[in-house]
Amino acid sequence: MEYRQARWEEPLVYEQGDPARGGYLVPQPSERIKRRVGPPRIPEKAARGEAPRIPGMSEVEVVRHYTRLAEMSYGVDSGPVPLGSCTMKYNPRIAARYAYHPRLEMLHPLLDEELVQGVLEAMYRVQEWLKHILGMDTCSLHPAAGAHGELAGVYAMYWYHKLRGRLGEKREVIVPDSAHGTNPASAAMAGFRVVEVPTASDGNVDMEALRSVVSSATAGFMITNPSTLGLFEENILEISRLIHSVDGLMYYDGANLNGILGHARPGDMGFDLAHVNLHKTFSSPHGGGGPGAGPVCARNIEVVGDIRLGDLLPGPRIVYRRGEYRLEWPSYGPVMIRAWQANTSVVLWSYVYMLSLGARGLRLAGELSVVNTNYFIARLRELSRYYEVPYAPGRARKHEVVVSAKPLKRQTGATAEDVAKGLLDAGLYAPTIYFPLIVEEALMFEFTESETRENIDRYVERLREIAEAAERGEPYRDWPLNTAARRVDLKEANHPKTITPTWRVKERRERGEIGPLR
Amino acid sequence: MELHPWMPNSDPRILAEMLEAIGVDSIGELYSDIPGEARFKGDWDRLPVGEGGPLPEGRVAEVLEGHISRITRLRAPPFMGGGVWPHLVPEVVRHVSALGQILTSYTPYQAESSQGVMQALFEYQSMVADLLEMDVVNSSMYDWSTALAEAGLMALRVTKRSTILVPEAMNPRHRKVLEAYLEPVGGVVRPVKVDPRTGQIDLEDLEGKAGRDVAAVYLEQPGYLGQIEEEAGVVGEIAHRAGALYIMGVEPISMALLKPPGRLGADIAVGEGQPLGLGLNYGGPYLGIFAVAWNGRLVRQMPGRIIGLTRDAAGRRAFAMILQTREQHIRRARATSNITTNEALMAIRAAAYLTLLGGEGLRRLAETIWYNSHYLASRLSEIPGVEAPLLDSEFIADFTVRLPAGFKETRKRLLAKGYAAGIPLEGHTPWLTPNDGLLTATEAHEERHIDGLVEALAEVLGVQ
Repeated sequence: MEYRQARWEEPLVYEQGDPARGGYLVPQPSERIKRRVGPPRIPEKAARGEAPRIPGMSEVEVVRHYTRLAEMSYGVDSGPVPLGSCTMKYNPRIAARYAYHPRLEMLHPLLDEELVQGVLEAMYRVQEWLKHILGMDTCSLHPAAGAHGELAGVYAMYWYHKLRGRLGEKREVIVPDSAHGTNPASAAMAGFRVVEVPTASDGNVDMEALRSVVSSATAGFMITNPSTLGLFEENILEISRLIHSVDGLMYYDGANLNGILGHARPGDMGFDLAHVNLHKTFSSPHGGGGPGAGPVCARNIEVVGDIRLGDLLPGPRIVYRRGEYRLEWPSYGPVMIRAWQANTSVVLWSYVYMLSLGARGLRLAGELSVVNTNYFIARLRELSRYYEVPYAPGRARKHEVVVSAKPLKRQTGATAEDVAKGLLDAGLYAPTIYFPLIVEEALMFEFTESETRENIDRYVERLREIAEAAERGEPYRDWPLNTAARRVDLKEANHPKTITPTWRVKERRERGEIGPLR
Repeated sequence: MELHPWMPNSDPRILAEMLEAIGVDSIGELYSDIPGEARFKGDWDRLPVGEGGPLPEGRVAEVLEGHISRITRLRAPPFMGGGVWPHLVPEVVRHVSALGQILTSYTPYQAESSQGVMQALFEYQSMVADLLEMDVVNSSMYDWSTALAEAGLMALRVTKRSTILVPEAMNPRHRKVLEAYLEPVGGVVRPVKVDPRTGQIDLEDLEGKAGRDVAAVYLEQPGYLGQIEEEAGVVGEIAHRAGALYIMGVEPISMALLKPPGRLGADIAVGEGQPLGLGLNYGGPYLGIFAVAWNGRLVRQMPGRIIGLTRDAAGRRAFAMILQTREQHIRRARATSNITTNEALMAIRAAAYLTLLGGEGLRRLAETIWYNSHYLASRLSEIPGVEAPLLDSEFIADFTVRLPAGFKETRKRLLAKGYAAGIPLEGHTPWLTPNDGLLTATEAHEERHIDGLVEALAEVLGVQ
């Protein structure tokens, strides 16, 4: 079956619209109101004058525009999206009905709790369920994304050490070299120095290296488990003991939670803080990059006096007392790291998902994601001439696997990127590539429980075709050919003389109003 | 194993074949490397999550309909703004954000398959750029507050200074978030006085505080108390004379009537995209707007993802993620921010909304909001003892009101009559009293809504 993505020469709205046109009847005040208060008085110094140069289009044009743009996009609805560490599950439609229910559109975040009991009850349940799933004592639904949950976590580390009077010496956060980039970036945002530890050849953290960097300066340790290699960290308990022995905190990056769902919980492995990505493990859709939600949880270890670690998490806790749900904002720590309580629609999506599956269904989901990964690895052995699985090749992976295209590159010159483009040509989205950084020509696959066996087989077949085509000397640098665009020119995209982040820049450059970006 | 429709390989026959291909007898073997001590000891399936096992769709819908039914219906949209506002959501905007290939797509890491999403985001960036007259816009932050907080961090990096000056009457939540982000890296937020009569920033106090430690001066337009700042250009000049950056925080619909940050010397503009067709959704998702001027020193320090225009191998127009070397997946601990998942779908909603309205439609909308809020203020001021607006400044949507009774108590009594009237302002500044509050009216409020609120208030206050 030949794949061909739609390619519309769809003009930009600037090329088809006009500020004077529009597709929406704006409600107009009555003549009575107009006579009574008008016309609008804007102080001269603050007045804009003319209307903004925003192109308008009629309603049907807008619908067609986005229909075409959708056809030039690719989501889980289009086919498999095996991006490693992204957990691109099917997004059940029953959840879409409620996550963005029209009744929610007029619910101001400061509305009195008594008016929104139905929403708070759903949020409360998610908060409580997450405690059980993670083995934690306190959860906050506040963070807007996984990285935002991490930020809440490293801020909790900061406040923990500050309130204990040891911030002066607690300057370092340790992360494995296989960590997601957000871990070191989050730690740096909280002012910590980041220390990376290498991965040993068995895929676990190099314990000797870890011991050599753990010191009284260690504020905490951040890790995802299973690791980005899809391997369960076998030394996790020892790592926890080591970090705790210097009064450091253990942070669990929940991006890979699907890999242990039903079998292990961060709270049972010695983690003090953890976030989960509702848009990964709990199926809220990614929307082309967001929104997400990154609830953050803590064990109630003592900080000082009556203050527990959970008290340092930002955002309100949803409490249930005397038959009523209420928001309770914390009195310590950062208090809030966004203006309002939570990405409520995302929480509601995941609520529908969790409710639909229950504990048993969630375990099944995790297990089938692991089965799918290991089935893929088993099938991939047929192609070991081209693709290898580095680090502990005999060990079962969990939800994801990192494949290296190094042998293929050695034999044919084709790189992980070429392989990715070859997959796109077959209508199969590419895995995450060139990550983790410790694997050369990395292809990081995560099929999730949503993928059919047939589609996993299709990936194996396509990987074989790609390798054989490269061997035959086919021009793999020309791939992809069947997508809306051919390979894009990143040099032009980023060059100071041609970089074009907005239409305005293009027009101003053409008019000579701006020069190269300097 | 039981069959579940969301997990195609839960079919026992398929599963058995897959396990055989893997070479294991049971699923459990795939977890054998988890050390005993680290395993979950209890009976997972009995954890109180959901209703135990999988539920049929009908049962799930029944539970959810129950939740929806436990949302109280009011007689009018809330008369509440203060950072997010009640606005009508066009059906087309809902439709666009539900299109499957967009809704279920990931960050466009594979550009060639993701041109549609990237064009939509590029159009969002471009329209916001024209609205603000700022050249570079990223494809979203979480909300206004985190956009501001990251602008603050950016100002610290660019200037190597530590203080951000803010109006004392700024949005209190935005200030808390800014402080939360600045504290661990040694940044300081310092308030500048505002005129208690007008709410306008006090230029003299600003001038006095704009010293060599100041990394940025922040000004909202309109301000949190609704006031249209008249000296926003002068504030920029003061900031620049001190060698500081000028950050403006804006509400996008009012920009159709107000001089945009790009014409006022702003180096960074932030704001809340929620009014652009997102709905209130009881807290989120919202849309942080983040824009900077055409200056490499600023652009290279800005957070967030940016989509740019380029060409493909066939020479055709194409889109790509640009300036990625600023981001966490490449720069790690030295990234400009840790942000990755953002609010892309909300940016696409905002783009659809802006295209539906067009520049002139947006202007008409801003005027309707102006009319409705002024009508509300004017009707309220007829009630003896009510001052509306309290501040002597022009406004567009939000405005301050002083009641002859406690605002909180009065608000409670109005709620019983089906009206959510405003946000109490007690304690917000030393000069605001327990009788003061922040009200708003937008295009979502019809004349009868406004008349209804005014009548209810007159009743509650015991005047007829």
